[in-house]
Amino acid sequence: MKKIDPLDHPCESSRDGLASVVDMPKIQIPSPLRQYAGKQASVTVPAKTVGDALAGLVAQHPDLRHHLYTDDGKLRAFVNVYVNDEDMRYLEKEATALNDGDTISIVPSIAGGR
Amino acid sequence: MLKISQAAYASLREHGETTYPHECCGALLGRFEDDGSRTATRSKPCGNTRDDSPHNRYNIDPKELIRIQREGRERGEDIVGFYHSHPDHPAQWSPTDLAEAHWFGCSYVITSVEKGKASITKAFELTGTDEHDKKFVDEPIEVA
Repeated sequence: MKKIDPLDHPCESSRDGLASVVDMPKIQIPSPLRQYAGKQASVTVPAKTVGDALAGLVAQHPDLRHHLYTDDGKLRAFVNVYVNDEDMRYLEKEATALNDGDTISIVPSIAGGR
Repeated sequence: MLKISQAAYASLREHGETTYPHECCGALLGRFEDDGSRTATRSKPCGNTRDDSPHNRYNIDPKELIRIQREGRERGEDIVGFYHSHPDHPAQWSPTDLAEAHWFGCSYVITSVEKGKASITKAFELTGTDEHDKKFVDEPIEVA
């Protein structure tokens, strides 16, 4: 697993001047994508927005890019991204600001019918 | 192979009877086994947001899945599959089922509900690597 050096990533600092991994946004990885994220169920990424977090995620795990994004760089239609319990599409989309301790959930759609 | 508890199996079938003549839907919680199979210990009924066409379409609100996932994590469980029903229609995946399936490695369980009574239940594993090569593969169900 690639280590995140807080000094390499600009983000809000804790009182001792170093970013706390505990406070960094956590991205929940759905089971079908974990094989592309080092088999991890969650990944912490220093980020101030949802877009930054997703960019950081695919930077750490490039194999995820194809599964999350189309060839022209758009999030695939069936990939839902939530910040805590809110769909980012109804917030500020990728510009949605993140707070310490926020959880981003990637949830592929579940649908169908006869 | 999908191993499923008797309680979860009965529950998902009963859910289809409860929602008849509309499609029911829900999630299966459990664990992924080292041999590639799945063990479902609980079924979690979900709402069908397709109130425009519930007799032949289903959709689960991602927000509901997030809640189910969160509860599962607290119990050491994972989402290992999903289920839905086909009112008065075979327990066989449709082109729509495949087009809308994206949880690779998970089980998709379908129950045929004929005139309000659950009949056949079948399971299919979503295999492949992406939208271009995905396919459903029949898998046996072991109820224990």
